Amino acid sequence: MQLKEKITKEVIEILRPLIPEGQQVNAETDLVADLGLDSLKVMKMVETVEDSFDISIPLNILPDVRTVSDFVLEIQKLFEDE
Amino acid sequence: MMTIFEKFRPLAETRQELQKNASNFFNVVMEEIISGTEAVVNGRRMILAGSNNYLGLSFDSDCIEAACHAARQQGTGTTGSRMANGTFSGHVALEQELAEYFDRQRAIVFSTGYVANLAILSTVVGPGEVILLDADCHASIYDGCRLGGAEVIRFRHNDAEDLEKRLGRLEKRKTNVLVVAEGLYSMLGDRAPLADIVAVKQKYGAYLMVDEAHSLGVLGDNGRGLAEEAGVEDGVDFVVGTFSKSLGAIGGFCVSNHPELDLVRYASRPYVFTASSSPSIIASTRQALRILRTRPELRRQLWENANLLYQHLQELDFNVGPEASPIVAARHENKEDAFVLWSALLQRGVYVNLVLPPATPDGHTLLRCSVSAAHTREQMEHICETFTAVRELTAMGQTA
Repeated sequence: MQLKEKITKEVIEILRPLIPEGQQVNAETDLVADLGLDSLKVMKMVETVEDSFDISIPLNILPDVRTVSDFVLEIQKLFEDE
Repeated sequence: MMTIFEKFRPLAETRQELQKNASNFFNVVMEEIISGTEAVVNGRRMILAGSNNYLGLSFDSDCIEAACHAARQQGTGTTGSRMANGTFSGHVALEQELAEYFDRQRAIVFSTGYVANLAILSTVVGPGEVILLDADCHASIYDGCRLGGAEVIRFRHNDAEDLEKRLGRLEKRKTNVLVVAEGLYSMLGDRAPLADIVAVKQKYGAYLMVDEAHSLGVLGDNGRGLAEEAGVEDGVDFVVGTFSKSLGAIGGFCVSNHPELDLVRYASRPYVFTASSSPSIIASTRQALRILRTRPELRRQLWENANLLYQHLQELDFNVGPEASPIVAARHENKEDAFVLWSALLQRGVYVNLVLPPATPDGHTLLRCSVSAAHTREQMEHICETFTAVRELTAMGQTA
């Protein structure tokens, strides 16, 4: 599996407990507008992704993240920087 | 097309909810200030159990006299920046006194504690460098981080192991890292594990800033804060603090043994582009600092009151913070319960702070009390009895 697909799958799994049961999520889902994530849930998502991939995610990237795909690309960049 | 105010819709909804459940929330005006611990609010005499007036010095007669004298001698304001016409002899003297008190080489006085954090965090670290901050840090710390160009990474609250893991990940980048923690966290009153944080910071060659806003005058044999209490002052590069809590006024400071701290004055926008503190504030703060240094009995009284309220709320089975401190917070998962209790306390003459998420850890709604050395035994008993009464009311399903 490509790195991007692997990250996308993992991020969607991490989102599941933070959103209503049965809510559809794909790469183009907007984290706030579609899923209604508040700042506390966004930080929970960030922490869980950090643990899952053993990385640290700078808060500076968050203003540019709107969709699952945006977030996945930022995570991918962190891997590439390493 | 949506208006520019559309983004405030969630706030409007929360306000509506509060108006329904805790209608007085938006009407808290201190109409008459009777003392550091009492005021008239909405026509009712109230014990203030939400102020950060830890040593009760906002009403100290010597502090008031010093403020009045300075206003008569030097006017009501400096009307200028520290970098221009706004450095009076009092500002310089206070900086010297703070440096001496903390036994540090350098000190800078800022106009508020918020500005102090903005100034240091946006200036000392910059692009290509990293700030590692405790997740529960105050908003002024987050805002200071945003104002500068450094990369900002959180570590889990009070978790030195998580901090170490993140420092380890950064090691190969060979960049400067500033770790940020607080002495006492403002929402739950818990201490940072500072000895552990200092050990980790030293292992990785990072710098450390500690915000002692709520711990100045509260912790340590001399009241210098958590770094003094934990015996690790030498491991802290920058101590930031405020005059608006134990010192009873408003203002902020940073002290450090790095002589380069002086250069921050020329590089820091929050230092340069705001007016300096008024002479009366500087004068009362200098007097309050003298009292803080010479009257340790105030600290003992503060802790006696803090332990009393913390234990009482524990006995009432409130979900309090992890340890006793002058900040005593009762956490509520259900915000409606908190609204009912807050309103009932207010109706019975006890003011505490109602704090809503996202300003609180873990999404809880808080009834956040702060005790003071100036609370009398009778006032403390009244606060405790009132909590008992409202606890029983809610247990019976009444809404007072």
